[in-house]
Amino acid sequence: MRSADRPLSPHLQIYRWQLTSVLSILHRATGVALSAGAILLVWWLIAAASGPEAYEGVQDFLGSWIGLLLLFGWTLSLFYHLCNGIRHLVWDTGHALDLKSTYIGGWIVVGATAVLTLVAWIAGIARWIS
Amino acid sequence: MLASRMRSPLGRAIGLGSAKEGVEHWWAQRISAIALVPLSLWFVASVIALAGADIETVQNWVGLPLPAILLVLLLIATFYHLSLGLQVVIEDYVHTELAKLGLVVVVRLLSFGFAVAGIFAVLSIALGSTS
Repeated sequence: MRSADRPLSPHLQIYRWQLTSVLSILHRATGVALSAGAILLVWWLIAAASGPEAYEGVQDFLGSWIGLLLLFGWTLSLFYHLCNGIRHLVWDTGHALDLKSTYIGGWIVVGATAVLTLVAWIAGIARWIS
Repeated sequence: MLASRMRSPLGRAIGLGSAKEGVEHWWAQRISAIALVPLSLWFVASVIALAGADIETVQNWVGLPLPAILLVLLLIATFYHLSLGLQVVIEDYVHTELAKLGLVVVVRLLSFGFAVAGIFAVLSIALGSTS
């Protein structure tokens, strides 16, 4: 069989959107986003080690609208990647791989991500105000 | 067998099958993932507790033995895990061999660099050599 005759997958837009594939793409996307967030972690630590002026710079950035938006996105990404990562670790043991379980697990991940993100931000804002 | 018909003549002639080196990468990704479950939850809880804190409070916290150790572990696990993950993303989407190799090398080196910078910051606070 010539290489050109081998079957190819259709292009992505042929497929109907479904929970399982969307969550799979999101796992990768949030992983890339969190990689950028890891640089912020290092920046924050270096600023804390450098002194008040540098630390104030980080605080000002994080307190701005852009900073808060990024922080919220990273919180959401972190909890999603964490929950879906645990789903992946369960799959790695050979469990919950049937169609029904992948959907149940998928919705649990979506729900847990929303709850954890909300709880973290409510706690964070309450702490900020006090 | 369908599987044998799916292989190209060149692939059959070379007969190597897979690259035979994925297992190590797979394990490293899982082990760093397992480490990151408690570490990242602890970190988020700590950041919430530190919300709005001034630099002295943050420095005092980073300087405590347990937070200092956990922060170093978090940095190692995070940058190890993300360098493995970004490598897979690059290998999936970048099809020019030179660009692929170059990007993987750059990601690996930057990951090491950022991890070391973060660890140095934690240690300099914890060991009291902040300016």
